[in-house]
Amino acid sequence: MNREAMRAVIAEEISAIAPEADLSAIGEAEDLREALDLDSMDIFNLVVAVSKRLQFDIPDADAGHLVTLGGGAEYLERKLREAGEG
Amino acid sequence: MGTFTMPSLGADMEAGILVEWLKQPGEELSHGDIIAVVETDKGAIEVEVFEDGRLDRLLVEPGTKVPVGTPLAEIAGSGTQAQASPPPEPHVPADAPVETAPPAPPVSARPEAEPVSSIAPIFGAGERISPAARKLAYDKELDLNALQGTGPDGAIILADVQKAAGLAAGGANRTRPRNLAPMRRAIAAAMSRSKREIPHYYLCHSFDVSAAREWLDAFNGGKPPAERLVFSALTLKAVALAVSEFPEFNGFYGQNGFSASRSIHVGIAIALRGGGLAAPAIHNTDRLSLPELMLAMNDLVSRTRAGGFRSSEISDPTVTVSSLGERGVEALLPIIYPPQVAIIGFGSVVQRAWATGGAVQVRPVMCATLAADHRASDGHRGALLLRRIEELLSHPEGL
Repeated sequence: MNREAMRAVIAEEISAIAPEADLSAIGEAEDLREALDLDSMDIFNLVVAVSKRLQFDIPDADAGHLVTLGGGAEYLERKLREAGEG
Repeated sequence: MGTFTMPSLGADMEAGILVEWLKQPGEELSHGDIIAVVETDKGAIEVEVFEDGRLDRLLVEPGTKVPVGTPLAEIAGSGTQAQASPPPEPHVPADAPVETAPPAPPVSARPEAEPVSSIAPIFGAGERISPAARKLAYDKELDLNALQGTGPDGAIILADVQKAAGLAAGGANRTRPRNLAPMRRAIAAAMSRSKREIPHYYLCHSFDVSAAREWLDAFNGGKPPAERLVFSALTLKAVALAVSEFPEFNGFYGQNGFSASRSIHVGIAIALRGGGLAAPAIHNTDRLSLPELMLAMNDLVSRTRAGGFRSSEISDPTVTVSSLGERGVEALLPIIYPPQVAIIGFGSVVQRAWATGGAVQVRPVMCATLAADHRASDGHRGALLLRRIEELLSHPEGL
């Protein structure tokens, strides 16, 4: 899956956690916690949901990548490509 | 024969709307069953029954607003008064203006066409209406009696309410704002009462939380995402264990003074998206393992934000914790939720130059605060409580 698809996965899972969130106005590098008022429990749930959906365990140390749409999409695309090559 | 009454779901509640019966006459009830949904200023709350028996007769129709203590149903085979959840103290009305009315006269289990209560019900009794439609109508303060239902048998469905509210049907109204006014009134009533009646004293204590942080990183390191913990699970458990040794901070202040609670139900202040907050309890917090506590917290936060907490959770916290999380500020001076006698605040963890072992190092530091009721405890014991929380967090493997 490409980067756009990864971005869409993150966006959909955020919408499930925070249904009122307006993702159209969020920049690629914008901190989702600030922009959408997400707390650590929300980020925990986001990491769980994205991991489950992609069947890829995001290590705890990498979870911080998911606090921006751009960073999360780039990270997931790279990791899944590496996993595919490996 | 027992009577199931409108519960007091918080010190500030004077009346509630019986939204829906989830049990019907003839059904067997056991302790903890959710019997009804009640709408309060805090949102829709699932009300549990704490008796075993058989539901005999419903006394109040859905849609009726009745004062706290009004009999709602009769339960056969239970000898005592079936309180929806045991209130911590006799109900003390707050000063906030709330509509009150005489108890609704009994109605038959099969609702008649007309509501018999003298209060104008917010929703017509006996109407067929979907839960989503009911919730939206409540949020928008729409009169359901004026709506034309287009669902099966003329039932009012979400689309009807959306149309009446001027909203596009379908998923387009995701960002619709909640009606915050009732919750603001509830917060105002509880906090005004607290500031008026409770002689607060405040203590703060900053300490190094590197042991807890390192332990958490190590614990989470090898775990799949769903089994990890967040930092606030540790602080919550530390509070629960600490107050078990300092009972004067865990309980309720009522008409006969302070009474300590044997159980520890820590309330967690949960900020709702778009504004407002609620502080429902995690039952027996001290007895849950950290993974159990994490699950309970996550479940409670999700349900609270979706507006689905239960009566016992909202009515019986014995002490409350308010955490600012990672994007807050250093410290908060919280206000006690009456009739509780203490609230513990945790500021954000911040990196600070910290003197340790004769040298200055950069350490993660957190400020814990205590607001406590001077009628129930004194500052000396409060200080010991905060130091005990520090000690527990310094040895997180024991949590």
